Amino acid sequence: MDLFFQLLINGIIVGTLYGVVAMCFVLIYKSTQVVNFAQGEFLLIGAWICWSILVQFEIPFVFGFLLTLAFMAALGIFIQMVVLRPMIGEPIISVIMVTIGLSIFMRAFSNWVFGQDTVGYPDVFGTSSVNIGGLQVQPAYLMSFVISLIIMAGFFYFFRYSRHGLAMRATAFNQQVAQSLGISVKQVFAMAWAISAMVSALAGVVVGMVNGVSSALSFIGIKVFPAVILGGLDSIVGAVVGGLIVGVLENMAEYVDGQFLHWGNMLTIAPFWVLIIILVVKPYGLFGTKDIERV
Amino acid sequence: MAHATAETTAPPTPSPGAGESILSVNNIEVVYDDVILVLRGVSLEVPEGDIVTLLGPNGAGKTTTLKAISGLLRTENGEVTRGEVRFMGENIANMSPEQIVRKGIFQVMEGRRIVEDMTVVENLRLGAYTRKDGAAAIKRDLDMVLDYFPRLRERTGLAGYLSGGEQQMLAIGRAMMARPKLILLDEPSMGLAPLLVKEVFGIIRKLNQELGMTTLLVEQNAKMALGAASYGYIMESGKVVMDGSQADLLDNEDVKEFYLGGGGEHRKSFKNLKSYKRRKRWL
Repeated sequence: MDLFFQLLINGIIVGTLYGVVAMCFVLIYKSTQVVNFAQGEFLLIGAWICWSILVQFEIPFVFGFLLTLAFMAALGIFIQMVVLRPMIGEPIISVIMVTIGLSIFMRAFSNWVFGQDTVGYPDVFGTSSVNIGGLQVQPAYLMSFVISLIIMAGFFYFFRYSRHGLAMRATAFNQQVAQSLGISVKQVFAMAWAISAMVSALAGVVVGMVNGVSSALSFIGIKVFPAVILGGLDSIVGAVVGGLIVGVLENMAEYVDGQFLHWGNMLTIAPFWVLIIILVVKPYGLFGTKDIERV
Repeated sequence: MAHATAETTAPPTPSPGAGESILSVNNIEVVYDDVILVLRGVSLEVPEGDIVTLLGPNGAGKTTTLKAISGLLRTENGEVTRGEVRFMGENIANMSPEQIVRKGIFQVMEGRRIVEDMTVVENLRLGAYTRKDGAAAIKRDLDMVLDYFPRLRERTGLAGYLSGGEQQMLAIGRAMMARPKLILLDEPSMGLAPLLVKEVFGIIRKLNQELGMTTLLVEQNAKMALGAASYGYIMESGKVVMDGSQADLLDNEDVKEFYLGGGGEHRKSFKNLKSYKRRKRWL
């Protein structure tokens, strides 16, 4: 039974992380109508940048971390302005191809610059695990969980109360309406990409601390698709719930498989099975919005 | 029907009201998609503190005129190709809508266009997006707006579920939150029941009297619009064909006939009326 709870905890922790990345994905989709297939590569680039700042330039963790965030914000804005702004008004499939190209480019680029081997982060925490109610949890996992919750609370506050958050929601609703209110749509687009890149990088650093950095990190971007589609492409809350479901599900599948079935590799496959089943039942996802119609 | 003489000179500059003009549109020409000429020399003046109305049939270019002023033309691939839009002395033609909102012109678009998946309060706070005078002042105005529209205070759900009249009030309230110097209202009566139309116009008048809100009002409902406005312009086929004070327009036989549904003793049937109208158009 210990294994069960251990996996459940793992699932919840990894799930919140998926949720955070899924939120970043939804953020871009909602405000700029771009399906960003390069979301996973933001994690990868972020983790590598932070690693190289820490290891190669030997800068203390806190500063290195902040530097990474600043770099990623700039990268997000750069990609939006240079790669995606010219694509405004082009067919959706072209935009999708561009983001897929971006993802391939970013992965290859990081392989070229940083190599293919998995490297570990320097030990930021003193201990290798802490004991919570009899279960061993890595401090980096714990940190990841706490950071994820903080980010979620931050997103909630941002979209509910801040001026820029409201502006983003207005832009997502209708760009002309947003402009009539004095909102600069270009600025909102840039902001969406900056925030998304920054927060994804944060998740990348956390995963890097636990598993080490390698190009496998970008695979999280693929895991995030079932989470996002489960929750509904345009729902931030849905993204969080979808992330949690996928995280818990894959660990539960692992448990069932390891204990009883012995089919192997259920961890990676299970979320996609459930994705298909849910989409058959609820094509808009669990929380996806249909348009409001007054009757 | 004689076609308009090409490139007519600007109509005589009208001189409505007594106040100083806050907005003057001088002989503007608007082209959509680089080829479609929609406005062919429109001029009008809006004095500070007044309500001015812009009347005319569908497709006359009323909404385009508003969008040329607010800059929203640019979001629809339109452009002011000639003439100027002077707002407090500055030519704002072809500026971006963001800039123009910041200068103090706020357009309430046709069909309300509130953000449906936000609450009433969020919509109102969005109206204050460009303001820089601090949270306390915005909160004060929020309370003021809700005092003007008490029934919005009770609505805590999503704005998309409000009734048409409530949505119109929310749209006007959202504009008030920006503290604009000039508000452009595009067909506030559209799709509303007669009683609600009355209520909305009552509010427009009240805002003008109590807050001194300068308003340029585009309407199909000429009777209501002329009831509220001190001066009116009538547009047809992209031109201003007539203008005058409230009393002048209400008195004018043609206006009565075409827009107010009165006058014309010689009317026999609607069929005749139609052909008569076509013959007697200004252009």
